[in-house]
Formats: sequence, C-alpha cells, structure tokens
Amino acid sequence: MTDTATQIPFVDYLVLDDGEPHLIAHECTGCGARYFDRRNACAGCFGTDFTTAEIATNGEVRSFTIVTFAAPGVDVPFVASVVDCGGTSVRGNIINCPPDPEHVTLGMPVRLATYVVGTDDHGVEAVNYGFEPA
Amino acid sequence: MSRSDDIWILGIHMTKFGKHFDKDVVDLGSEAIMGALADAGVTMADIGILAAGNLMGRGGIAQQLQKQVGQTGIPAYNVSNACATGATALRTAIMAVKAGEVDMGLAVGVEKLAGVGLLGGGGTAKSDGNEWEPSGRYGAVGPVDGRIGTEAMPGVFAQVGMEYGHKYGGTSFELFAKISEKNHSHSTLNPLAAYSKAMSLEQIMGDIMIAYPNTRPMCSANCDGAAAAVVTNGEKLKTLSLEQQRRAIKVTASVLTTDPYEEACQVLPNVNTLTRNAAKQAYEQAGVGPSDLDLVELHDCFATAELVHYDNLMLCEEGGAVDFFESGAPWRTGSMPVNVSGGLQSKGHPISATGIANIWEVAQHVRGECGDRQIDDAKIGLAHVIGLGSACGIHILEKSAV
Repeated sequence: MTDTATQIPFVDYLVLDDGEPHLIAHECTGCGARYFDRRNACAGCFGTDFTTAEIATNGEVRSFTIVTFAAPGVDVPFVASVVDCGGTSVRGNIINCPPDPEHVTLGMPVRLATYVVGTDDHGVEAVNYGFEPA
Repeated sequence: MSRSDDIWILGIHMTKFGKHFDKDVVDLGSEAIMGALADAGVTMADIGILAAGNLMGRGGIAQQLQKQVGQTGIPAYNVSNACATGATALRTAIMAVKAGEVDMGLAVGVEKLAGVGLLGGGGTAKSDGNEWEPSGRYGAVGPVDGRIGTEAMPGVFAQVGMEYGHKYGGTSFELFAKISEKNHSHSTLNPLAAYSKAMSLEQIMGDIMIAYPNTRPMCSANCDGAAAAVVTNGEKLKTLSLEQQRRAIKVTASVLTTDPYEEACQVLPNVNTLTRNAAKQAYEQAGVGPSDLDLVELHDCFATAELVHYDNLMLCEEGGAVDFFESGAPWRTGSMPVNVSGGLQSKGHPISATGIANIWEVAQHVRGECGDRQIDDAKIGLAHVIGLGSACGIHILEKSAV
C-alpha cells in the first residue's frame, strides 16, 4: 500500500474524486461543442479556448448494439451504446443488465455507474464507467 | 456534342471477387488495369496519370503495378481513404483530367482480404505492465474497445442502423435481415460475386450473431479483388473511334465529401450528413434527381447501413427508409433497384476495390452489357461508397448519347 490514491479512472474524463462519479468534457468557449479527447482545436469553429463541462449522469439510450464477436482480447458479449446525457452524446457500455434485446431497448433511461476493471501491483484499482438501467 | 470538361469512363474492369490464393495484390491489380485498358481500347502509353489504392499492403501499390503493366514515367498517386479508397483514386484521376493536365487517367483499387477476419477495433494489447499508466488522447489505462463501446465495424454500423430506428421507428432485427435477403437474392445473377447463393430470412436470422442486429451474412464479405477504370475528357473522346464513343459512359457527377462537425459525430461516426451532402452536390452536378435514377449501388457494408442510405441518398422521403424498403422498391424488380450486384454482403468488399467495382456495376448496366442481371433500359445510375472516418464518394453515370 502507498499513500497515493488507491483508485485511478480508466479514462481521464471520468472524475472519481469530486463528489459522485461523473464525466467531464472539454467545452469550446466559442461554440459550446463538447469533446472527451485531448484537443488541439475545435472541429466546429476552430477555436482553441476550452472550459471543463460536467456531463449529466442520467441519460437515454440513443443507439446500441450487442457485440457477440469481437477482436482478440475483448470480452463478449457486451452492449455498446450511445447515450444522450442531457444533450451531450456519450459512448459507453450498458452494464448491470442482461445483454439481450429484451432488456436493452432504444430510448431506455439509464444512469452512470462505475466498476473496477482490475488492480495493479501497487493495489491501485482502475475504475471504468458504464450506464445501467435507471 | 461533348464539352471539353465533360468526363467519360472509356474503359472499366472488375476482377472476380472471392478467394484468389494463387494471385497477389500485384496480380489482381494488373489484371484490373489490363482489363480496363483493353476495354478502353488504349494502352499505358495513352495514360497521363495513375491513381492507385491498396490499404492492407506494404505501400507504393501504384509503382508496384507500373513495374508489371508499364513504367511510362507518369505521375502516380498512392491514395488511402478507408473504404472510399477506390472512389478516391478515381476522383484523383478525374480531377487531373478535369484540370487539363492530362487527357487520360487511370484509377485502380485492389485488396487481398480473404480470411483477415474482423476489421477495426482491438488495437493495442492490454498492457502487461504492473502499473496503470494513462496514455493516448483519452488518458486511458487500457484498451477502450469493448470497455467503452465498440470500435469494430459490425457494431459501429449496427448502431448506425439502430440510431435510425430510434429516430424514426419501424426498424427490427427482421427488417434488417430482409435487406440482406434482398442482396443475397440479387447476387445469384452475378458470376463475379464472392458469394452467389440465395439465403432465406430464416437462414440469415439464424446465422451467427456478430453484433446485434447484424448476423454474419448481414456483414460485408472479406474477399480478394480489384477494379480499374480509364477516364478521359470529351475533347479527347471525339478523336477516338465510334465504337469507343458508343461504349464510353458519361460521368455526370463526381463528388467526394468528409463528415462535417456536428454534435455526437466524434462519439459515433455520422455516415449520414456527409452522404446527404455528397448526394445533393451530385444531383446538382448531374442535373438529375433521385427519381431519374434507374439503379443505385450503395455502400451496404452491413445490412444496418443500407437502410440509412436509402434516406441519405434521398431515394425516399426523410425518415421513410423503412416504408421504402417494405414497398419492395429496392428489389431488382422494384421502382428503384438497389445493389443488384448483390452488394458488399454477397459480392464482397475488397476494401480498396469497392469504390471502383460499384461504378463498374453501374457502367455495365448503362452500357446494356450486364447479361442476366441487366436492368432493362438503364440510362442513369448512381454509385455510393463510404469510408469510415469518414469519406463519401458519389458518382453518377449516364449512357452515351452516341
């Protein structure tokens, strides 16, 4: 054990240490476009000034697929989806729900949920997000 | 009479798609080039520019091909634009002719894909290091494919179709399977298709699920193949034989677009807006509308993709793709035949060849040389291709007036 954090977010846009887990985005101050990746400029208006925006943790399934055949090293089945979180589209898996079309439906309300992906030699847990039925 | 800036396909050729164990990419590409030159009635000595595409090889395909079919010292462009690579090669040759730098150009696309399996996704292997270390543009401590959505093509395009269903309603597993049933049925008339067996709805729905709602036969078939085309301008065409003029196909529109920024486009690739933009430009260039088309070859890389492109190409009213399909319109006996070649699901999808092979199909119909699967009296046709990332190529072809 060390004195440092015992958890690390799976991606840098997942915030674990500031209240309830939530996602953040780079928001263009010029046009409001939101991005989850590291930015060089805005693809919409070419601006270079960004602020941090908190993404709503509740949303609605805008699209999904149930992947049953994937590249080596990817566990199947899993439900990949695009969730509309208060007007911002987010990519994420549907978790804590059977992966079949009877349980996962278009328009289904969901909320952000987290789970531990694994633990490294220092005891640090990598925590990922997904969306579960709300 | 032809205007000097008119663009014509003088010759075009597509190899048999399928498994070519005894041929490499240079063999297949050479076969396509020599076939297109013979079809055009010209030789490499007449060609002023070569544009060539091959994604899975070691690079420099244009020069590798020149070393087999003719090293004439002309400029060669090696192009790469995902599944739109073939269309991009053709567009490159057309731009050079249109700019007046050359009066004849050659484009070729070739791929060896049989047996490569799933495309996209996977990526870097899970680190076997002992400490989480954020890397990449998402600061991820491991591969995101499978953990934050999917990056493999079947799932990406499944979501494209499901999104359409969410927006407009009416989609189902069965509906998407029926689209595949149509294309597999069409393929029975295509001797160059990789797979030319009809499949029942039950067979399609009962096959291995890859990414719901796409089962295996609803996915494009990885295979080997090549296609090539010779293009020229109206002035040059006038100097050629009557037979060459009679068989030349007019390219009334040649358009390439990329995806413009809009909300969500970097979360799930948006294949809709760039197709709609390309279609609008193409119809305007050609001076025709969707109702003037006698056939369409569109990029059915997955059954779920074909549906959205009925709408994007404006073959139906906005939101009306399900009704359009249910009406029977896109069957070869319908009012707007779509993918009478069998489409990518049965003809096959040797990536770089696809964007020229779909033009070959339309060209053969407007020439009236398509044999058993000829669409009667076809005069105008459209060929569409999408490369994820994204690029969209649309060409509209018209029968020669000579």
